[in-house]
Order: sequence, then C-alpha cells, then structure tokens
Amino acid sequence: MGLAMIETINEFTTAFHQMHVDAGAKMVPFAGYDMPVSYPLGVKKEHIHTREKAGLFDVSHMGQVKLIGKNAKKALESLVPVDIIDLTLMKQRYALFTNENGGVLDDLMVTNIGNDSLMLVVNAGCKQADFAHLQNSIGSDCVVKVMEDYALLALQGPQAGGVLAALAPESCEMTFMTAKVLIINGIECLVTRSGYSGEDGFEISVHNNQAQQLAKCLLMHEAVEWIGLGARDSLRLEAGLSLYGHELDTEHSPVESSLVWALSKARRSDGARAGGYPGADVIMDHIENGVAQKIVGLQPEGRAPVRDGVMIVDEQDNNVGKVTSGGFGPTTGKPIVIARISTELSDGTKKLFAIVRDKKIAVEVVKLPFVKQNYYRG
Amino acid sequence: MTIKYSEDHEWVELAEDDLVTIGITDFAQEQLGDLVFIELPEVGDEVSQGDNICVIESVKAASDLIAPVSGEVVAVNERLNDEPELASEDPTGEGWFVKMKLSDVSELDDLMDEAAYQEFSEE
Repeated sequence: MGLAMIETINEFTTAFHQMHVDAGAKMVPFAGYDMPVSYPLGVKKEHIHTREKAGLFDVSHMGQVKLIGKNAKKALESLVPVDIIDLTLMKQRYALFTNENGGVLDDLMVTNIGNDSLMLVVNAGCKQADFAHLQNSIGSDCVVKVMEDYALLALQGPQAGGVLAALAPESCEMTFMTAKVLIINGIECLVTRSGYSGEDGFEISVHNNQAQQLAKCLLMHEAVEWIGLGARDSLRLEAGLSLYGHELDTEHSPVESSLVWALSKARRSDGARAGGYPGADVIMDHIENGVAQKIVGLQPEGRAPVRDGVMIVDEQDNNVGKVTSGGFGPTTGKPIVIARISTELSDGTKKLFAIVRDKKIAVEVVKLPFVKQNYYRG
Repeated sequence: MTIKYSEDHEWVELAEDDLVTIGITDFAQEQLGDLVFIELPEVGDEVSQGDNICVIESVKAASDLIAPVSGEVVAVNERLNDEPELASEDPTGEGWFVKMKLSDVSELDDLMDEAAYQEFSEE
C-alpha cells in the first residue's frame, strides 16, 4: 500500500507542541517544524467542524515580522504592488512580494498596528528568505524585527465570533480585515479578523509564554476543537484561496495567478504611485495586455480526486494546463480542483479533461470559490 | 476459517478451497485517514501477486491495493463506489474490496498469520 514512514528530524516546534501531542495529533514535518496534520477526529470531520462550529489552528510556524519607523510604509511599498501608504490604522491588507520578472516570492498579510509600525505575516516555507529580502532591501529605511517569541493561533468558523466575544466583548466591533489589541483572559493579544478557511474568524498573535494558556482558554468552549494542517488545506481549497508553491510561484505573475484584485489601483500604470516595485513593468504589461494562462476552478465528474500536477487536456488531447491544487472537498462531497489553464479556455465553452492514471476525466470550469465565503463585514 | 495478512497491510480470508476475500486492515485504514474514493478492478480480471489492483484515495493521498495473491477477480464490493468510507469504518467486514479465485493456493504460505502480523504492524 506504500505506507511510507519517513523519519525526519525537525529542528523547530511551536509553543503548542506538547498540547498537540497530548491531544493525540498526528505530527508531520512541515517547513522545518513538527506540526499537527490531523487530530483523532480526522481531516474530514475537522474540516466540517470548522465549517459548522469553530476550529483552532496552530499557525505559529508562519513568520511574524514587524516593520518599525517613519518610513516603514513607503519602504514596504517598494517591495509590493499594493497600496500600503493609505492603509489606515488597524486595517489589514493582502500583499505579494514580487521579483524582477514579475513573479511572486511570497504572499503575505500586512496590518497597520500604529506607532509607525506594520505587522507582517508571511508563509512558513518562505520566511527565512522573506526576512533576508526585507533586511537587504529596506533594512536601512526601517527596523525589520522578526517576532520570534510570538505564536499565532487562528480561530475559524461561524461560532468563532461568539467564542471570542464571550472572552473579549470588544471583538464584536471588528470587521473582516481589521485589527485590535484585545485582552483575552488577561492575556494581551494582537487580533485580526481574517483567516484562511473562507469562514469568519480571527488570527491571534500572542507571546510564547502565554500561548498555551490562551489556547487552553479557547478550547474550554465546547464549540472549539483543534484542527490540523490537513483540514486547513482542504478548507482553503474549497474557499478558492491561493497557496504559495501551488497557485503562486516565482515563475508566474500575480495576473497569471488570477490575483489582479490584489494589485492596488494606486500602484497600477494610471495610479497615484504607479510602479516602483520589483517587476512592475512586467506586471503592468500583464494587466493591460492580458496573459496566456490563468487560475480557474475545475469541477471533475465523478468521485475520483484529481491531484496537484495532473495535466489538463482538450478534446484533441492538447495539453492546455495543469492542476495547481486538487483534492476532495468534505463540504461539497466532491473532488475539487484549482488549475492554471489557457486563458482562452477559461470561459468553459470547450470540453476539458484531467488525465488521471491514463484515464480522461471530464472537468468543468467553475467559478471560485467552491463554497461561499462567510466573512464578517459588519 | 483462515485469515492471513500481507506486509502491505491487507487481510486475506480463505472461505473455501481456493476462494478468498481481500480487504485492508484496521492499521491500514488508520494510517490512510478518511477515504474518499476507491477504484476497483473488473470482475474477470486476472491478477498476479504484487499487481496494483485498486486505487485507494484518502483526503491526503492516493495509495494502491497490491494483490497479495494471484488469481481471478470473481467479485468486487460495488458499495465502495459510493461509500468508500465503509473501508474506514468497517475494514474487515462490510468494507471488503475484492473476492478472488486463487490460481496458486501455496501463495497463502507467503502471508503472515495474525500473531505475526500483530508483531509486524507494531514495528
């Protein structure tokens, strides 16, 4: 059955490691960390629990970094095609680090936390490179402070709002993509109303010393369960959210990854602060003249999952694309796919197929996301 | 009734003379996680020991069911087409995969008995 057991020594653990082990989690190596992929509940039930109640995710492996100084906003704008200057106090925005070719080095969340400071959250697998990129590129314009002693929890699901409101009533005032410093059970936390599940929820940054105490407090609520990285991936896939290394990479511009919405007006060719970030000429050309490929959702026929890397062909067996993320959607009860295909085929008028084990499975182009996003916009 | 086990975590139950039922063990289903799709062989397929005869897809990944013995597939568990979770919930009962008519009964001697399998899967 090929049940390969790979033994890897993982250098890093998060502040919650012992709690995961005690909860019976299956631990796997992930970006150098020993992380919980699932708990005894199992990926499918964890996924559904998050869609119906509230899931607690340890995402402390992600990189948290503060940029401090009068020039921090301007400096960060030199690295991202996103409006940071006009990001107002306690507002959060999605951004991308680009390279000279217009490719994507990483995607990140940026929050204006006041006192001339920005809080960035970057992907675990990219964080060392991101920290170096920030230090080398803008380290002389602002202080780049890696928040090594901070853990990050995500509380996601329709009951997340209620759970947090019971502990910190001011959290009710928060809407999607805003931030607040909250005292939760006596613990100071930087909280944003955001996440990666498609549900309403929060990401909570907390000092390592108080991290376990905070997690225990959240888990006291009957609606809250630990959720592993397995369900985190299926939740984001159903929600149509990009994953770095899958939909995003250094070889494709944000336009080729269907992230035009993330490119701020102010930074486009007719904007107030046009260009001025790596690869701006390529990206602006892609916006204006279009691109040959884009990211779309695909719905395969039948039950067989169509996984990452699978080729997409047309009726004449011409190779027209490739699956960037594929799996089974526990909420939809069907296989679901995100793929990069020829732009001209993205309207869904031509028949397309995925090649799985030498068989052609019909796939239909569908609008992302696969499940409705339930963000709290007030 | 004799039940034997393979190193690929399959069970093989000998019903009569040369007819066996094959499925995955509880250990296997636990390792695989939630099953979402199972591709079964065709009735009448001739298979050899070591062939990949089924594809088992979990939420995480695809694995193969490797024929623990050689012979002809005489029945497949059609219920797994719509209810792959049966193989997780009741792997040694309603979640069986295929029935085969053995071409070489002596191949059963290559497999482990329960005590040997217990020891093997605890390693």
